[in-house]
Amino acid sequence: MEYLTLFLGAVVVNNFVLTKFLGLCIFFGVSKNLSASVGMGMAVTAVMVMSSALAWLVYHFILFPFGLTFMTTAVFVLLIASFVQLLEMVIKKHAPALYNMWGIYLLLIATNCIVLSVPLLNIESNYGFLLSLVNAVGSGLGFALAIILMASCREKLRLADVPKSLEGIGIAFILAGMLALAFLGFSGMI
Amino acid sequence: MKNYWQIFKKGIVAENPIFVLALSLCPALAVTSSATTALTMGLSVMFVISMNNIVVSLTRKVVNPKVRVPVYITSIATIVTVVQLVLQAYAPDLYDALGIYLALIVVFAIILARAESFASKNKVIPSFFDGFGMGTGFCVALVIIGIIRELLGAGSIFGVKILGDWYNAPLIMILPAGGFILIGYLVAGWKILTTHMEKKQAERGEA
Repeated sequence: MEYLTLFLGAVVVNNFVLTKFLGLCIFFGVSKNLSASVGMGMAVTAVMVMSSALAWLVYHFILFPFGLTFMTTAVFVLLIASFVQLLEMVIKKHAPALYNMWGIYLLLIATNCIVLSVPLLNIESNYGFLLSLVNAVGSGLGFALAIILMASCREKLRLADVPKSLEGIGIAFILAGMLALAFLGFSGMI
Repeated sequence: MKNYWQIFKKGIVAENPIFVLALSLCPALAVTSSATTALTMGLSVMFVISMNNIVVSLTRKVVNPKVRVPVYITSIATIVTVVQLVLQAYAPDLYDALGIYLALIVVFAIILARAESFASKNKVIPSFFDGFGMGTGFCVALVIIGIIRELLGAGSIFGVKILGDWYNAPLIMILPAGGFILIGYLVAGWKILTTHMEKKQAERGEA
């Protein structure tokens, strides 16, 4: 039950993009196009789960026992960046088809706040290994949900007659505001 | 001197990190529900970006271009850790209020972007001014958003009550949705302002 609550909470109630404002750079950058958004959502989820697992192990077996917790931020960011780089190389070598689909997104995620924040939040909330993974999957899917919704809306928006000064990023923000308002409806659920 | 002023100024208006470049948006929304946290965040980023530009500029001839990104990240992470420790020691309340977003300064696109596009190609002093200007523009944008949201959402600025009891504060301004919508309109306003200024400048140039 605890797992289910955490999972649902991460997907809709505490949606990373719309209530915690994380990952906004990719959220606004990639959501112009629906198929790219789907790819990005999946790539973020995958990287997030793997880096959360890695970060949890590093924190609990290296940083904490040796009293190096003040270096958490620095270690995590380097860990994730190098892990993503490594992942990119492996995929490029062994699964070129996958690389053609996802490759460009991987580099964008390497230093991104949403991927860094989940491992940090897991440590902060003292989650165990499994709970951390559940939280990562939920957060990733929440991100995917938000970006796919946003992309669908923005594809429609292309045909709309938007005031000149609001064009581009301005109207995108207002749209995100509306989505956030809608997601507010979930807040009493858990 | 005039040159430095130009470098400094462009970060504030013409290339404002938030309203124009739309980089590093996460903190612009997350910490701006009150003006105080917005200012703290702005100053922290200003410090990190200026210091990092100095470090990157000093080491630009030693660092192999192939490994430059990891080097930049290490440098940024070190400076951010310093800021974290200082705030934790001297302003624990603010440290708690900023929470995870302080650690996330490490991955702010704007800092990496300035290191890559300016500091790695220029001398130390111009790099410092570039970082300082970009940081100031960031800070100004954050404080503007913070003041508007706090005033409308809680009737106060920097924790000081401005509007009396008659003001029935709409909660939405403090909530995420209000922040998104407000930034949308601010971006539009900024666009109108800069096009207006450019037009003025062009007229003056011709005359």
